[in-house]
Amino acid sequence: MIEFSTAAMLLKVIGVLVVLLQVVPIMVWVERRGSALMQNRLGPNRVGPLGLIQSLADALKFIFKEDPIPGHVNKFYYVIAPLVALVPAFMTFAVIPFASSIEINGTVVNFQLAELNVGLLYILSIGSLGVYGIIMAGWASNSKYALFGSLRSTSQMISYELSMGLSIIGIVMAFSTLELGPIVVGQTGSLVESAARIWPGLAQVPFLEHIPRWGVFIQPLGFLIFLTAVFAETNRLPFDLPEGESEIVAGFHLEYGAMKFALFFMAEYTNMFVAAALVTTLFFGGWHAPGLPHLLDLAGLQGMAREWVRILLEIATFMLKTGFFLWFFVWVRWTVPRFRYDQLMNFGWKVMLPLSLVNIFITGVLIFYGVI
Amino acid sequence: MSEISRENPSQLDRASWPAQYNVHFEKDPDDLWDESRMIVNIGPSHPAMHGALRMVARLNGEIIEKSYCQFGYTHRAKEKLGENRTYHQWVVYSDRLNYCSALINNVAYALSVERLMGVETPARGTWIRMMCSELARIADHLVCIGINAVDLGAFSFFLYGFHQREEAYTLIEKLCGARLTTSYTRIGGLMHDAPDGWEKEVKAWALRTREVIDEMDRLLTGNQIWRKRTEGVAVFNKEQCMDYSYSGPNARAAGVDSDLRRDQPYLFYREVEFDVPVAKNGDVFDRYAIRLEEIRQSLNILVQCAEKIRKGPVWSEDKRVRIPDKEVVFNTMEGLIHHFKYFMTGFQVPAGEAYTCVEGGNGELGMYIVSKGGPMAHRLRIRGPSVWHFQGLTPMCEGVMVADMVAALGSINIIAGELDR
Repeated sequence: MIEFSTAAMLLKVIGVLVVLLQVVPIMVWVERRGSALMQNRLGPNRVGPLGLIQSLADALKFIFKEDPIPGHVNKFYYVIAPLVALVPAFMTFAVIPFASSIEINGTVVNFQLAELNVGLLYILSIGSLGVYGIIMAGWASNSKYALFGSLRSTSQMISYELSMGLSIIGIVMAFSTLELGPIVVGQTGSLVESAARIWPGLAQVPFLEHIPRWGVFIQPLGFLIFLTAVFAETNRLPFDLPEGESEIVAGFHLEYGAMKFALFFMAEYTNMFVAAALVTTLFFGGWHAPGLPHLLDLAGLQGMAREWVRILLEIATFMLKTGFFLWFFVWVRWTVPRFRYDQLMNFGWKVMLPLSLVNIFITGVLIFYGVI
Repeated sequence: MSEISRENPSQLDRASWPAQYNVHFEKDPDDLWDESRMIVNIGPSHPAMHGALRMVARLNGEIIEKSYCQFGYTHRAKEKLGENRTYHQWVVYSDRLNYCSALINNVAYALSVERLMGVETPARGTWIRMMCSELARIADHLVCIGINAVDLGAFSFFLYGFHQREEAYTLIEKLCGARLTTSYTRIGGLMHDAPDGWEKEVKAWALRTREVIDEMDRLLTGNQIWRKRTEGVAVFNKEQCMDYSYSGPNARAAGVDSDLRRDQPYLFYREVEFDVPVAKNGDVFDRYAIRLEEIRQSLNILVQCAEKIRKGPVWSEDKRVRIPDKEVVFNTMEGLIHHFKYFMTGFQVPAGEAYTCVEGGNGELGMYIVSKGGPMAHRLRIRGPSVWHFQGLTPMCEGVMVADMVAALGSINIIAGELDR
């Protein structure tokens, strides 16, 4: 049995890694073609069908480029900074469940790499590790603009991580757990389940009982705060100040070229994917698709076949939701302008932080009266 | 500058120029350097310093405490070249002034030489010149607000505008075969007549562009981030604008109600109806809004022009400036000699001086020519609005953040070709 669980684990690790690595080129493609769609252009359409191989060609270009290290940098930190930025981006995904569990020959296999009982804390701590890469890059580059970028990035990350953490508190309170698996399971019920105990009339309303107990419905304010903070955490427009190519040229990765630059690039997109997966997991029911059991019943599937189809559909649901948020990132980036640094700080400390505290208070009151 | 000198070029008092135009450029002020502050070199190669401009700024955090600006990295001695090229040859150089609206430069130069010689172009030629000017103005404004938006992170807005600009360039290409460096005007006429149906195409384009402008307006004007980034940023008020000789959209954004097309109509501006938008705050947002509205007004002018233009000659029949047709050159001896003399030695321009100013893409564009007779100018001076506008960047950016400096520079539309000449 040990061999089986080890094999299952290995398969999962490889699967997740492959998917994560594939997400980057695909997202780059989506970003470029998507922005082209919004801007009445064609975008890259020469390499491969619909330009799909373009990202691969770009990656090859990055690999074969000369990789110079400028003379004025601190070599050690300069070289490890891209790695420090990239690795935490991959690590975060370890605790995110991408499907429910399946029982194979009496062994329960969870579709989650690590079932940590402090999953959310793990995500927050690893997520904030990524900023070290950016700080190191800016500092080691020994250049004024790069320093600007890393300073901006530092203060931005700290300010927004606070609201991000506090907005998750609401979710933790509502589901009474830090583990991501149970949080998703907790979202599979009906929204009015507990509220109906106080106001029985609610259960009679025909439509309400079909609404799932997703985080976004019980924590709408928390969701908005989290989503905004995630934009800031991933350095995407309107919060892309650490890069701000028109102001501080390219910010922290100004002095980087070739594959080292590509690593920062990959880190950004991997972070985006993880962030989208997190939003899905915490606020949109993760792998939960309402009405999936009914669908399987209708299809008349039985036994293991039914189980595997269920798992596959759950993974598809998860990817679909995550894909929507990835598209949302792209959508927002090509629509809005950039904040100014002081406005960003004001927004973080004077709007987001009080709002997230208010959210915790409201959640507490609602839990006290048993509404959620 | 007083009205008299504009109306009567012969009364130009050269001695009074320096007094009227206060030159505000500072040279490397000693108190800029401070050990406890970071001095940042913004430009000449920086993505937001359009063209090759340079600002040296002393920063406190991200706030610009003090700065000075430098230019001249693309200096090509255009004015001096005017003294060494025939009047015909210099048309090409006028393209490279404000390359975003090359046609306006062509027109301004042709008008100035024509005024010196007393040559008049026929109606169709003048209408086409006017349509060219408006096309170029729209392209110029689209570039300005587009680039300004890019500097603040709104990339899609920029590309919406650029799509229309490319179509405008296609229309211009149909006139003269070139998209950017047009060299379309000739002294006393035009390179070619507009092709058949060109007016209709321009009208159709203008109607399409109006919709795109409305769409761009909806996308950005109401956007909260855009409002926050631009309102009250880099304010340059009316008094400062007067002091720094601002003109064009930048001055109108601060409440200076002047537009050369209305105040001293040249070409046929008297015969078309248009409004001159004026704002009052003089911040980045007003400069953006003014340009957006001016594009709409220019589109109206274009539609009116397209309706009023009639068939007819585009060349003045003045033998001094008329380039002989190829038919005549190839088939008659006189024509060949005329052609040869025209291009080898140029035409004689009577002694005198003329200042002609037109409403350029970003302000008053003046051409001042002093002739002592002969085929080349004795002196040729250009009043490019960018010079005056660029001087205002330093006071505009005192106490603002680096990101606002970028917004300010984008909003005053500095074109390095015109600034450095």
